Amino acid sequence: MATQPLFETASGTAAETVESLFAVPAIHCAGCMAKIENGLAAVPGIERARVNMTARRVAIRHDPAIEPPALKAAIVALGFEAEALADPGIDVAAAENRALIRALAVAGFAAMNIMLLSVSIWSGADGATRQMFHWLSALIALPTVAYAGQPFFRSAFAAVRQRRTNMDVPISIGVLLTTGMSLYETLTGGDHAWFDGAVMLLFFLLAGRCLDSMMRSRARAGVAALLKQTAPGALVLGEDGRSRWVKAAALRPDMVMLVAAGERLAADGYVVEGTSGLDIAFLTGESAPVRVGPGDSVQAGAMNVDGPIRVVVTAAGPDTVIADIARLMEQAGQGKSRYVRLADRAARLYAPCVHALAALSFAGWMIAGAGAHQALLIAVAVLLITCPCALGLAVPAAQVVACGALMRRGVLVKDGSALERLAEIDEVLFDKTGTLTLGRPVPRDLDGLGDEDRAILLALARVSRHPLSNAVRQALDGIEAAPIEDAREIAGEGVFACFRGEAVSLARPRSLITLFDLASEYRRGEAATLLRFADALRPDAVQVVADLKRAGLQTLIASGDRPKALEEIARVTGSTAIGRLRPADKLALIERLKRRGQKILMVGDGLNDGPALAAGHASMAPASASDASQLTADAVFLGDRLAPIVVTLRVARRTVRVVKQNFALAIGYNVLAVPLAIAGQVTPLVAAVAMSLSSLIVVANALRLNGSAR
Amino acid sequence: MTGLVLLIPIALLCGLVALVAFFLALRNGQYDDMDGAAMRVLADDDAP
Repeated sequence: MATQPLFETASGTAAETVESLFAVPAIHCAGCMAKIENGLAAVPGIERARVNMTARRVAIRHDPAIEPPALKAAIVALGFEAEALADPGIDVAAAENRALIRALAVAGFAAMNIMLLSVSIWSGADGATRQMFHWLSALIALPTVAYAGQPFFRSAFAAVRQRRTNMDVPISIGVLLTTGMSLYETLTGGDHAWFDGAVMLLFFLLAGRCLDSMMRSRARAGVAALLKQTAPGALVLGEDGRSRWVKAAALRPDMVMLVAAGERLAADGYVVEGTSGLDIAFLTGESAPVRVGPGDSVQAGAMNVDGPIRVVVTAAGPDTVIADIARLMEQAGQGKSRYVRLADRAARLYAPCVHALAALSFAGWMIAGAGAHQALLIAVAVLLITCPCALGLAVPAAQVVACGALMRRGVLVKDGSALERLAEIDEVLFDKTGTLTLGRPVPRDLDGLGDEDRAILLALARVSRHPLSNAVRQALDGIEAAPIEDAREIAGEGVFACFRGEAVSLARPRSLITLFDLASEYRRGEAATLLRFADALRPDAVQVVADLKRAGLQTLIASGDRPKALEEIARVTGSTAIGRLRPADKLALIERLKRRGQKILMVGDGLNDGPALAAGHASMAPASASDASQLTADAVFLGDRLAPIVVTLRVARRTVRVVKQNFALAIGYNVLAVPLAIAGQVTPLVAAVAMSLSSLIVVANALRLNGSAR
Repeated sequence: MTGLVLLIPIALLCGLVALVAFFLALRNGQYDDMDGAAMRVLADDDAP
């Protein structure tokens, strides 16, 4: 089980190009992404550009002769504002989130106060009073539209300048025309002003945008955190025999690192002196340390647990295995960000229809003989009524409620679009160790021991922090420990003590009879009992696999383990199992299934599953997984049980169903209200009632998901 | 009509005070870490 992970270091990337990172906060649809990638690739000197949607950034691989300002200008030329990123840690998404919340607060304040004035007008304020109220409304509405409308105006302006259209274009035209018409009506002493409608529209749309942005900011880019696993540097033994501190970036092959117990390795290499245990849980998700001695290869990021070792560096910095996996993960994750979200797919159909409708009503009324003023008023009313207000809330409201329901069941979903993707899954790919199994050793031979022996064993196990001791302690929890004396732990050997004058110990087996199984030996006097440890299946693994099959999903087990170790698990779960897969093999397996049109849910925990998690159509990881896997996965579930997977898939499907219902409701409302608008019957009161009603209905429908995870 | 001259500014002022208070709280960083704030209430010590 706790065998060394075998990764092949891929050959380095081509040296003649360099990669630069740019933050592009305005990206929020697949159209923007295609625009940037294709547009940048056409610029001479740029080899390729890749947009990372989660982190809202663009990685450009280019000729080193091009300076960052020129690259920035290239992105700006495509209609997006860009910022060079030296440090990926700068949180642009959080700043955008705050700006949205500020705009939402302003719009909310303005909407409330204008509505206060509008209600007076509707209840009969007339003449000079109405005129004054219109002026007051204008006074509040104009600065509000100028401030709170910015997120939409900027996005729409950038799109229009590039002769594209997105959801923000009808929104901006609608809001600006409505405000402009209302101002004109106010100046000329007209009967109606739609300031309340324009500001309320902004408020509802900003609410949707804020919900979306908040969900997105929860999903952080995994790679930066992954590279934190490596140490900042190491003590290097100089030729004069003295040691000095060398930063990780300055480490070179053939240097000799001195690694004390409790330190992380800063580079890949092999051990030349000393033996120790290495904790490589960040790579494998397995808790048991791996024993290494002279000649064994070790990876950067591993934690030295037992004693000091000397390591000759073979690879440092970007050439290490951990940096390689980080790259593989980022590349695999790119495919996922090509996914077009439901809301964007709806917007693509919706925006042209709305504009055509408004233009047709304007033309129709002009032909019918109404004045330009009258015709324009009607066109504005059509735009106001059709503004995708409910549409903007339809998706985020449902997703936020579903994510909240799942969170109470111990599933943390990181992105709204993850729910959409989870709903499309038709095959589930499991990692074995740590996913279908608990990923921690459980002792198997305790039943054969007498009560007194078990009490001594518990007392011995309590002395040590070794993973196998932890496992014994957990298994024997609840019985009384025997009184032992002289207890001492020898690192790498075991725990030794006396019980009523008799030597007792929990130690490494004297004979290496087991190569693959973890084992420990309990000795009392001359008698020795071998304790074997094995990873146990999660309590409901079999049930969950059966449930998934009943739901019509295929299941497959992909493991790095030996095929023999998979036999049992394949038999009890009734799934096909594939063994001896390295991280790149798992990735290839997923790509192959993807090409067959399968939508894969990858469930895995180790860093070796990282690339597969990033490549799957959707991915889940247990909370016991390595940090990088948790950051890569779309959803993380807590606890020892696998049942949350079944619940999550069920909730995801229900969420998509509710989202589609919401779309139907929003469009149905338009079908009812648009004829009114075209007929010129939409007064500000009708517009306000219709708009809030449709938004409320959509939110209420979304709230039905609250109990969906039960 | 005379009542309005008094009441409308008061209503607007009330709303404005709330808005300013929210902005100050936002700038103060009170909304930076919503999840963390929810957790912090469970911690015993008052150390930041």
